[in-house]
Amino acid sequence: MADAIPVSVTVNNRTRRGLVEPRLTLADFLREQALCTGVHLACEHGVCGSCTVLMDGEAVRSCLLFAVQADGSRITTVEGLAPDEQTLHPVQEAFRDCHGLQCGFCTPGFIISVAAFLEANPNPTDDEIRHGIAGNLCRCTGYQGIVAATRQAAAALREEQP
Amino acid sequence: MKPAPFQYHAPETVADAVGLLAEHGDGAKPLAGGQSLVPMLAMRLTRFDHIVDLNRVSEMFGVTADNGGVRIGAMTRQAAVEHDGTIAERVPLLHLATPHIGHFQIRNRGTIGGSVAHADPASEYPAVMLALDGTAEIASTSGTREVPASEYFESTFMTALAPDELLVGLRFAAWEQPAGFAFDEIARRSGDFALAGAAVGIGIDEAGRIDRAAVGMLGVGPTPLRAASVEAALMGLAAADAGADAAEIGRLAADDMDPIGDIHASEEYRRRAGSTLVGRVLGDALAQLTTEASDG
Ligand SMILES: Cc1cc2nc3c(=O)[nH]c(=O)nc-3n(C[C@H](O)[C@H](O)[C@H](O)COP(=O)(O)OP(=O)(O)OC[C@H]3O[C@@H](n4cnc5c(N)ncnc54)[C@H](O)[C@@H]3O)c2cc1C
Repeated sequence: MADAIPVSVTVNNRTRRGLVEPRLTLADFLREQALCTGVHLACEHGVCGSCTVLMDGEAVRSCLLFAVQADGSRITTVEGLAPDEQTLHPVQEAFRDCHGLQCGFCTPGFIISVAAFLEANPNPTDDEIRHGIAGNLCRCTGYQGIVAATRQAAAALREEQP
Repeated sequence: MKPAPFQYHAPETVADAVGLLAEHGDGAKPLAGGQSLVPMLAMRLTRFDHIVDLNRVSEMFGVTADNGGVRIGAMTRQAAVEHDGTIAERVPLLHLATPHIGHFQIRNRGTIGGSVAHADPASEYPAVMLALDGTAEIASTSGTREVPASEYFESTFMTALAPDELLVGLRFAAWEQPAGFAFDEIARRSGDFALAGAAVGIGIDEAGRIDRAAVGMLGVGPTPLRAASVEAALMGLAAADAGADAAEIGRLAADDMDPIGDIHASEEYRRRAGSTLVGRVLGDALAQLTTEASDG
């Protein structure tokens, strides 16, 4: 068996040290060692987007990275998006307001993807929104609520930073 | 859905990386963006005792202006290609093709070298590389060699790369003459691999006649393909005349394809939809030339 390797990863602003087998995915590291169970795993081969996290500010599939590769990087999961325990991030707020979820399984991945998408494109058209969320799958909502939530979050974030 | 155990190596130079490949032979595999390799490992379609991670090999990243064209390090992320100004100016087809690759989360990790090394026949970059006669720079412990795109793609997922070789960079020459470029593909959903796609570059001489035609196709054969019949039919035509006949000329591409039928589309559908698409993309590329001419 391959030797375990020490890693140090900053997860939601806290440094997490761990010993990881090379084949341990970043998603499993985040869930099992950093206890960020908001990182959801469904397909585990990069298609569904449920495990999307920010790595050094960029949205990535955490099931397609090994934890060893994240050594020294900064990870944000859905748990780390809101400014504090009492406040939701504008994207989370918009998903709640617009029925952007039903069962909620895909939601953490969507929230992270939408936050990253709006950072790059603060004023998207509906068509751009649909392309922007294409990398995440939802089997409940039919996406209408998610598109509406993204629109609302875009407006809210623009107001925050005029 | 967990990969089999492996030894992890994170070299920081090309020399160390090729050294590891030479040492471990068939048992070693380079890891670039992981957007194709990790799914295959997770599904246990393949396994390797040694994974050689290229993500800390800094000399393999980045875009440099090169002799009028560009040189792109193999580890350059697809997202970096998408947003690079030099590439947009000098190799517009790469810029136009990139947004069609998967989703932005995939492009944040996926690399241009990984796409070209993986050589999925439905991938965008291999078709662009073939259309533009790009060059692969390949390194091993015995030195470096250069392979032109026309000799690089051997069959489905098979390239000129040997197991102990590393793709270190790609080179593309800029076109000297006035030229129009267009790219498009047909996919069931945004971000899916294409059922058929076309990458077209058309150059004209001083008299406005076509003196260079590059038509690359994806998804319609075991490798990316050139539509040689279309290219031959275009040479010497006035751009405006070719534009008027673009749909008809595009249909010639049906003879240049070698598609398979699968669950996503039949062989016949790929041939018909693909050749219609070639005509449409050809029309788009030619329209740029004629608009530019009338603007100027
Ligand atoms: C949901 C999803 C959708 C996708 N959609 C598309 C799409 O529409 N179009 C498309 O083209 N791709 C698509 N991809 C694949 C993606 O573009 C991959 O990034 C790309 O095919 C491989 O690049 P990579 O850097 O991730 O390479 P990896 O996955 O790390 O490696 C792929 C293969 O290339 C080898 N390799 C990588 N780099 C080198 C090198 N420098 N030298 C030698 N060998 C090397 C590896 O050993 C491996 O065999 C998709 C992937 C996902 C998960």
